[in-house]
Amino acid sequence: MSSSETQGSDPAAQPGQDIMPNDEMSNATGFPIVTRTDFSETTFLLEVEHPQMARAARPGQFVIVMLDDHGERIPLTIADFDRDKGTVTLVIQAVGKSSREMQARCQVGQTLFGIAGPMGIPSEVSHAKKVICVGGGLGVAPIFPQARAFKEAGAYVIGVVGFRSASLVFWEEKFRSVCDEFIICTDDGTAGIKGLVTQGIETAITTHGDIDEVVAIGPPIMMRACAETTRPHGIKTMVSLNPIMVDGTGMCGGCRVRVDNKVKFACVDGPDFDGHAVDFDDLMARLQRYRPQEAAAMERYSESCKRLLVEEEVR
Amino acid sequence: MARKTIRSIPQERAPMPVLDAAERATNFDEVSLGFDEPNALVECERCLICPEPACVAGCPVEIDIPGFIQKMLKKDYHGAWDTLTDSTFLPAVCGRVCPQEDQCEGVCAVAVSGGLEPVAIGRLERWLGDKAVKEGWKKKSHIETNRFKVGIVGSGPASMACAADLAKAGCKVTVFEALHAPGGVLRYGIPEFRLPNSVVDAEIANLEALGVEIRCNTLVGRLFTVEQMLEEMGFDAVFVGTGAGTPKFMDIPGENLNGVLSANELLTRCNLMHAGDFPKFDTPLEVGRKIAVIGSGNTAMDAMRVSKRLGAEEVHCVYRRTEAECPARQEELHHAQEEGIEFHWLTAPVELLGDAKNNVRALRCLRMELGEPDDSGRRRPVPVPGSEFEFEADTVVYAIGTSPNPILGQTSNIQLNKWGYIDTDDELATSLAGVYAGGDIVTGAATVILAMGAGRRAAASIRRYLGIRDSMSVYEPEHSGFENTLFGIDMSEKNFVHLRQI
Ligand SMILES: Cc1cc2nc3c(=O)[nH]c(=O)nc-3n(C[C@H](O)[C@H](O)[C@H](O)COP(=O)(O)OP(=O)(O)OC[C@H]3O[C@@H](n4cnc5c(N)ncnc54)[C@H](O)[C@@H]3O)c2cc1C
Ligand SMILES: Cc1cc2nc3c(=O)[nH]c(=O)nc-3n(C[C@H](O)[C@H](O)[C@H](O)COP(=O)(O)OP(=O)(O)OC[C@H]3O[C@@H](n4cnc5c(N)ncnc54)[C@H](O)[C@@H]3O)c2cc1C
Ligand code: SF4
Ligand code: FES
Repeated sequence: MSSSETQGSDPAAQPGQDIMPNDEMSNATGFPIVTRTDFSETTFLLEVEHPQMARAARPGQFVIVMLDDHGERIPLTIADFDRDKGTVTLVIQAVGKSSREMQARCQVGQTLFGIAGPMGIPSEVSHAKKVICVGGGLGVAPIFPQARAFKEAGAYVIGVVGFRSASLVFWEEKFRSVCDEFIICTDDGTAGIKGLVTQGIETAITTHGDIDEVVAIGPPIMMRACAETTRPHGIKTMVSLNPIMVDGTGMCGGCRVRVDNKVKFACVDGPDFDGHAVDFDDLMARLQRYRPQEAAAMERYSESCKRLLVEEEVR
Repeated sequence: MARKTIRSIPQERAPMPVLDAAERATNFDEVSLGFDEPNALVECERCLICPEPACVAGCPVEIDIPGFIQKMLKKDYHGAWDTLTDSTFLPAVCGRVCPQEDQCEGVCAVAVSGGLEPVAIGRLERWLGDKAVKEGWKKKSHIETNRFKVGIVGSGPASMACAADLAKAGCKVTVFEALHAPGGVLRYGIPEFRLPNSVVDAEIANLEALGVEIRCNTLVGRLFTVEQMLEEMGFDAVFVGTGAGTPKFMDIPGENLNGVLSANELLTRCNLMHAGDFPKFDTPLEVGRKIAVIGSGNTAMDAMRVSKRLGAEEVHCVYRRTEAECPARQEELHHAQEEGIEFHWLTAPVELLGDAKNNVRALRCLRMELGEPDDSGRRRPVPVPGSEFEFEADTVVYAIGTSPNPILGQTSNIQLNKWGYIDTDDELATSLAGVYAGGDIVTGAATVILAMGAGRRAAASIRRYLGIRDSMSVYEPEHSGFENTLFGIDMSEKNFVHLRQI
């Protein structure tokens, strides 16, 4: 990596771009939250300071966040990273106990107990000339760095994102800045085209006969629909799987998924896989494993917070 | 003192209290309570102080066992502890988790030629280790710092031992751990009732007292690579001790059903994430009514005993060989049997069966019989034709072994062998200059003491690589006669005086 010839055993004496200043390493516990934006009642963005991670992060990777030492290890995709500012951005949808708690507690100026990563194999930014980047639900934010990477690699990028309604739309400008075409789909037709992201994909495939690749991130049901949309056209379709994880380092096997009839660990073999080979039924069934416990935790949490119950999950 | 004979020593092992089986199976309190002082001394009396002690050779790190026992008999406990810790860093841990019956105690003369139970070396070791923690004994090492920085990847026993040795040699040592708490398997794998977290915490605190910095939440390979550590981050040498933590599955139908999980997942949820305290801690863990654990090593025993404590009504062990081949520590097997775990030897699952909701409901198994010996010398289990039967279970736990963690292989040019473990030479050097490796990531899943020994060996190699000449090899007296000092320097400090080779 380093090209410096003068690099000896005492690099502190030679500051350089690649060399990590020591003070920067000193915040390995307690990671400050520098920005928070609420996009809707359930979706919010956190920008967390972690210069080392900002430098290492690549599109498609994720982190594991712990709110405190009693917390769960929550996997979240890196939705953006800013190497100059030294921050990574997470966009979180509050669906259950831990994510609601993050929503309630994570404010600017506070710190996260733990954030480990970047985890997973970075997405392969292929030499595709024309790609469709699809994001739905919790996948809208994570598709952004992929779209940007494809753009930077010189591809013609068509962005397709799905929301329930116009009021929930976020990052439109951000997407437009890296997409050659940008299609918004809403369930109720209040913005863009009325319908699911698959309709956006169909539209794009019909207008352009030469799509090389589709990348889709979102709830499993949406990713499966995307894969089924492209299968008849034989277009390579990559999806990013989000099974239940614990460590994210390949140690527990809780994240195992079935791809091409083989068992893979999403955290170390993925999270990106060929959407045409993924067994989505298996993924969806496995996501239900802890439903009763999650529901119980949520109920207890809601009661203790006297909060409104979470609105219907987007899955 | 007249030489002791097999007749003159106490014939029975000193008693060590254990919690009552029925009571302990419902909580996570430590099962073996350890000796008290009078009992420890009785047990010391049983040692014959052999002139050519077999136990020392039987110990992977060659602890001077008669040496420390003699000091204990003189009630010089601190001295005994010093002797012990010349060879091991984790006496409180090793005394609890070493498979002593295959090591020191397995070759003890009291058992081999005397036909009695061997000296309870492990329990004595534990007693001293615990005493040291309680009394706050530290090796007062005079550390003369040098300008070398060493990075250590992982924080299991291999890494801890390597870090300690290098810190004492004066290097600035930083340990990087992917999880949010250090200790490796000692933290996330071995449960509380066998190795209390407080013991691991104490060992970690000792490490920090030596000036070792521990950075959790740091996934090496992804946050930065091993190559970057050397080239950009200013580390002069790196030790890799990432363990063999990736659980194996069998690739039989039904493995992805809900209710099927690896022992690592079960143990991690329970030990690291405290799922036993759900909902106080947020991580859930479902324990079924009837649990089947496949495999019968230490990991399987731990998974079974944890399940029992989490409230499972029935816990069954399914193993394709016989009790004689069971790889777990004897004590664990006995404790598991006492706690009411049922063992089904010579039984191999061939399929997992699910219900309509995708939950596992049963295993389809075959009965086995022992055939010809295989490469490992163990008789190979072969299926009995037509012996298929269904075995009901609502949770199935896999504890059939592990494979190497793939992350370093994915992210660096370090050379791996064909099974994915890191390739090293006899000095534990890897294919990358300045990078050493040891523990389970080199040998495959083994033991705490072997990992620790490897960590120390790697530390010695790293010292040589960096040109740190330590007095251990330079000044060690050839003729004894100096009991405890050496040119006025305390022997326990012999590691820490060193010269820089120009
Ligand atoms: C690689 C990956 C990337 C992800 N990226 C994002 C993201 O960018 N933004 C976002 O909002 N969410 C993301 N998720 C999902 C997020 O991790 C879960 O929504 C979160 O863990 C739910 O926790 P909870 O306690 O709030 O909800 P719970 O009530 O515990 O669960 C709600 C649902 O979330 C799923 N879930 C629960 N625990 C986990 C877990 N440990 N790992 C994965 N899924 C779980 C289950 O299907 C469950 O039904 C990602 C998941 C993975 C695996
Ligand atoms: C359940 C169980 C019970 C056992 N019982 C016994 C017993 O009774 N007696 C006995 O002697 N042995 C026992 N063993 C075996 C023993 O624990 C291991 O042989 C020993 O811990 C290996 O030590 P290690 O240092 O090589 O690795 P580990 O203890 O596995 O530690 C490796 C550490 O490295 C970290 N890591 C991995 N990859 C990275 C990365 N890329 N970046 C940063 N950190 C990383 C891991 O998170 C982990 O903390 C048991 C093992 C298990 C699983
Ligand atoms: S470390 Fe293990 S093998 Fe060595 S003496 Fe102690 S118990 Fe025996
Ligand atoms: S999350 Fe534990 S192995 Fe992938």
